[in-house]
Amino acid sequence: MQTFPGKPKDKNLVYLDHAATTYTDPRVVEAMLPYFEGIFANPSGLYAIGREANGAINDARRTIADILHTLPDSIIFTGGGTESDNMAIFGVAHKYADKGKHIVTTKIEHHAVLHPCEQLEKEGFEVTYIEPDSQGFISPKKIYQALREDTILVSVMYANNEVGTVEPIADIGREIIKWRKDHATKFPLFHSDACQAAGALELDVEKLHVDLMTINGSKIYGPKGVGILYKSRNIQIQPLIFGGGQEMRLRSGTENVPGIVGLAKALELAQADRQDENMRLVDLRNYFWDKLQHAIPKIRLNGADLGNELVRLPNNLNISILDIEGEALLLYLDEYGIVCSTGSACTSDSLDPSHVLLALGLPYEYAHGSLRFTLGKRTTKNDIDYVMSYLPGIVEKLRQISPVNLEEDPNKNKHPKYHQR
Amino acid sequence: MNDTSQHQGAKIRDKQGNSWLYSDIVKDHFFNPRNILLYGQEDSYQADASGRVGSPACGDEMVLWLKIDPQTEKITECKWQTFGCGSAIASTSMLSVMLTENGGMTLEQALKIKPQDIMSRLGGLPNRKIHCSVLGDKALQAAVNDWFRKMGKHDRVITTGAKVIDEALHITDHDIEEAVLEGAKTLEEVQKKLKVGAASPESIPEIEQLIRFYSEKYYGESFI
Repeated sequence: MQTFPGKPKDKNLVYLDHAATTYTDPRVVEAMLPYFEGIFANPSGLYAIGREANGAINDARRTIADILHTLPDSIIFTGGGTESDNMAIFGVAHKYADKGKHIVTTKIEHHAVLHPCEQLEKEGFEVTYIEPDSQGFISPKKIYQALREDTILVSVMYANNEVGTVEPIADIGREIIKWRKDHATKFPLFHSDACQAAGALELDVEKLHVDLMTINGSKIYGPKGVGILYKSRNIQIQPLIFGGGQEMRLRSGTENVPGIVGLAKALELAQADRQDENMRLVDLRNYFWDKLQHAIPKIRLNGADLGNELVRLPNNLNISILDIEGEALLLYLDEYGIVCSTGSACTSDSLDPSHVLLALGLPYEYAHGSLRFTLGKRTTKNDIDYVMSYLPGIVEKLRQISPVNLEEDPNKNKHPKYHQR
Repeated sequence: MNDTSQHQGAKIRDKQGNSWLYSDIVKDHFFNPRNILLYGQEDSYQADASGRVGSPACGDEMVLWLKIDPQTEKITECKWQTFGCGSAIASTSMLSVMLTENGGMTLEQALKIKPQDIMSRLGGLPNRKIHCSVLGDKALQAAVNDWFRKMGKHDRVITTGAKVIDEALHITDHDIEEAVLEGAKTLEEVQKKLKVGAASPESIPEIEQLIRFYSEKYYGESFI
């Protein structure tokens, strides 16, 4: 039988899973280092090194507030993106349950938003999940139409982690403001998970019209385990964590000083060169897609059109390779040092394929064969060429041992199991 | 229903289902699959029998081709193709080896192979991958039935009738087995998997009993 492409003598590590997490930028590490051993004190301490640690947090808060075009007291430091999302959703729901028990979100949110919503449904809330179009866009009009008198919160992600679609957050924000004016109410509040967007897109909360926004460190070359929740000064939320009253009594627990300093540094660096970096990544990503299309038959792009970072994150390439399964492909690529992710069921706990790809209307068999490549600051053209020297051969081999031969037109394929139900 | 006592030998790696740890044997069969029939050579191979199970929509599809000695009913050759993840490919590869090693199994012996036997030979599979070895077992049964039919031995065709547990929701014992294999551990999770609403109160005890049965059968413990 045909063998796999020969293994490289020098196996490169080509990391193309930056949407999962990024390495920590050495400049960020450098900024963090003083706060592990030298300035280690509890920021609540009244003595000099306590005040110094507290000062570092305040500086970080101001840096981030400037980037978000807001005031420092609207920045709450948390233990990461998941916590910030949970805090926003439960925080609003539990604070304002007497105003209404209806929430509007989308089918393509991260589980850090979807699972809190499911939990709230168990607590008696009602949640409307808006469907995206086939490219992953959420229509602002659809959001408006879903609003009700008892809607207290809308949560829509800024950019999708799987297919990179950038949602029209400012337009959705304007629709929500229009609803509030039409109905003379201050509800619903508007939350956006900006974890994937923070490194590439503008974060001005005034322009985005958000009341709450999630950002974390681990997607922007910052530290893991630290995030922020932007919270407009005009609204209140119920805390998730009670204790010593840190973070304006909204998030108790001794502050993660090195993490907070690192997050501020990371966000500063990312925002400073995002425009140049976006252009570089768009070119590189499009070069990759061009090569893939020519080298591999029966392959399709999932999500929005390429070429414009305003509709699709510049580093995201999500594809389906027909007739083979994503996990098998991922494991083979790993043998060659190539790291990416898949929306295949086989890599999820539930054994269901990616909820995002299914929400885009992709048939199950296409979702099972999906691969997500997310490029990063250190990704070069050489890396892409390295991938291209092995990926087509691996695909060819896996297709030879597969009994499946799908039609490229999804409508021509039958999927019996799921039609029964 | 299978006797659960004979499955104790199968090691289940990673009960929590958190790790991707594959045994060296799984990796070997995944990266060097045995007894493949290359795509496009199906017709020229002239198999005596074949069985196809699964679908690409479900994430796994498998075809098994057998050559069988009609006198001895021994499997002389077994070839296969699989669309699926690493453990699905490794499971089929291992099954093909088990069927044909030491001069080949008789059909009677082959039909006694259980998913757990394939898993044992692979040195265990991660918890959430157990359904991959089940698929091989089903493909084998389909291929053997194909042969029985071709030989006119219709009395030997194995039929496993599904028993309807909840009339209103059309849930059968097979549905519950599939749901458990796909990771559902509780009544709520089974309902979510099967995309059905609440079961009727009178059928809940039987559904829970089946969840317990299949959980113990495939995972060695029940969670409800």
